Amino acid sequence: MQKNSLTGWLLASPLSLVLLVFLVAPIAMIVVVSFWGATEWSIYPAFQFDNYAFLLTSEVTYRVFVNTFKYAAITWACTLLIGFTVAYYLAFHIRSLTWQIALFLLCTIPFLTSNIIRMISWIPFLGRNGIANSTLMSMGVIDEPVEWLLFSDFSVILAFVHLYTLFMVVPIFNTMMRIDKSLIEAAADAGATGWQTLWHVVVPLTKPGIMIGTIFVVALVMGDFITVRFMSGSQSANVGRMIQNDIGLLQYPSASATAVILLITVLLLIGTMLRFVDIRKEL
Amino acid sequence: MTTISKVRYSRRSMLKAGGAAVAAAALPAPMVWGQETKNITLRQFGTGVSNLNEVAAKVKEDLGFTLEMTALDSDSVTQRAATQPDSFDIADIEYWICKKVWPTGNLQAMDTSKIANYDKIVGTFRSGKLTPESVIAQGTAPHTVGFTTGVDGTEFVPEESGWMTLIPTIYNADTLGIRPDLIGRPISNWSELLNPEFKGKASILDISSIGIMDMAMVVESMGEYTYPDKGNMTKEEIDLTLGIFTEAKKNGQFRAFWKSFDESVNLMASGEVVIQSMWSPAITAVRSQGIPCVYQPLEEGYRSWGGGLGLSASLSGMELEAAYEYINWYLSGWVGGFLMRQGYYSAVPETSKDFMSADEWGFWFEGKPAEGDITNPFGQVMEKAGAVRDGGSFYDRMGAVACWNAVMDENQYMVRKWNEFIAA
Repeated sequence: MQKNSLTGWLLASPLSLVLLVFLVAPIAMIVVVSFWGATEWSIYPAFQFDNYAFLLTSEVTYRVFVNTFKYAAITWACTLLIGFTVAYYLAFHIRSLTWQIALFLLCTIPFLTSNIIRMISWIPFLGRNGIANSTLMSMGVIDEPVEWLLFSDFSVILAFVHLYTLFMVVPIFNTMMRIDKSLIEAAADAGATGWQTLWHVVVPLTKPGIMIGTIFVVALVMGDFITVRFMSGSQSANVGRMIQNDIGLLQYPSASATAVILLITVLLLIGTMLRFVDIRKEL
Repeated sequence: MTTISKVRYSRRSMLKAGGAAVAAAALPAPMVWGQETKNITLRQFGTGVSNLNEVAAKVKEDLGFTLEMTALDSDSVTQRAATQPDSFDIADIEYWICKKVWPTGNLQAMDTSKIANYDKIVGTFRSGKLTPESVIAQGTAPHTVGFTTGVDGTEFVPEESGWMTLIPTIYNADTLGIRPDLIGRPISNWSELLNPEFKGKASILDISSIGIMDMAMVVESMGEYTYPDKGNMTKEEIDLTLGIFTEAKKNGQFRAFWKSFDESVNLMASGEVVIQSMWSPAITAVRSQGIPCVYQPLEEGYRSWGGGLGLSASLSGMELEAAYEYINWYLSGWVGGFLMRQGYYSAVPETSKDFMSADEWGFWFEGKPAEGDITNPFGQVMEKAGAVRDGGSFYDRMGAVACWNAVMDENQYMVRKWNEFIAA
């Protein structure tokens, strides 16, 4: 008994240590610094609520958080729709395993380049004199360039969807592959239409995958700053950019406070989602 | 102090630089040259403007030691100078950054008696006056943060004390860049930036301390308000200035904001923007793509900036000597010529003259029409024969400076308001 418990501790310790040093300690540090004070060029240890007071009473904070949620929600809806469709097609319409794997790998090819490059390549495409506008104009669809294609919320969300859809495809595809095909057959035998099978059989069984994909996408979008900066032409703000601005101006305590609030928000969000779906079933 | 063998300039650089040799001979500090210096590495960081690999290569050739360069944006430069004093030996920073960073004690002052060309440094950086008649512009004028009390001095002093915080290296007068082909009429005031005619086609830079000055120039030009000191606004003035721009932003005046040099080039070259705050080499970069772009002189004058080299407080011994030597070399002309052929000005213009052709000197410094093609240091043709520099001569441009990039007493308030402007 004694020996067993010692072995247990030893087996668990490497992971615990790694988590302690690389996850718990940095977060604890951020929390600590968020109570510190800052001058223009230095930060000093203190225990004050100034950073939070300023953050929570500023109207800008709320606007920026709302904007961040907006990006996350729209991106989530789009990636889910596209991700589910792609995964469904791969899992149920492609018959041979070889083709399934081949097509799946095809989906990952764009990910062989850096995501900054994938994002920035939209800029010349969507610009005032870009390919999209000149094509539309030569087709006679529009008379003058459409301005909202670039440096707008549209372009930000487009880039997000483009960057993060795969994070939805992979877990959903994975769950779908585990669905017992006989269940689909049983549904058909029982007289269910295609849509009924999809809604009452496939979707409920895919929920854990959807949830994992959701966590990925929401966490990535909520924490992003560079996509918003480039695709909105610095004209829109989300929480990540607020933190980045603070860091740039040496306001580490205020940046930490924002980060803590963001962390709490995202944890609450994910906690709520996990109450609806048991992803452990999946793992 | 470490003893180092006496040295001389290499024969090669003597032959190459006839004029500089005279300056070299006049250098009071003993030239450190020996096997030891070859092993010295100086780490320099700064904004992209002067952190050029060509300079590092030339340092290796002329002085023998290694110069490692890191280019960062202004915010990161400030951040690093203020928080990581051991990560650099030489900081290439702007004067307004100096005002922010100097009180941290991460930099040490330089003894001007060890700077050979000190007396030839342009008046702007010493007395504050370019010519005896000049009026000192608003903002963080370089001479106000250029001197301190001693090597460890923490206060700035207004007079030439013999201890310099930064050795000025490079500066320029900034204005708005425009696309004359897309605008099709003369532009002569800062207020045009907010002219509804350019709705959705204007841009301003998203670096608060510089952007706020451009904004102040615009607000004054619109006749909305006249600042007692643009470089040091009160809270009410900050609110007023950003209020005017927030309204313009909400009305869709701006296409985008830019933070890095390349972004400003792309915005202009692609035609997304036709009028914006811009830096001189960005104009050049647009023009070298064959796209017309003018660095428009405006009636209200220029917003100017200056940069310099500062020494890390932790530099000592042989490295410190090497750093002095590097700075003396920096002012001796080659770098000046290299930078002036890109449209910047050197702190000691007369030494740079020896490293430029008469035509280049005439075009860049004297504002004379180019006699032949003007090429940049990389061999690209920048201007055809007959072209005249936008804004004219050195004295025309630097003499019309209305304000310097600045850090205000209410800087933290301004920064918060700036963030609100970006989020608006």
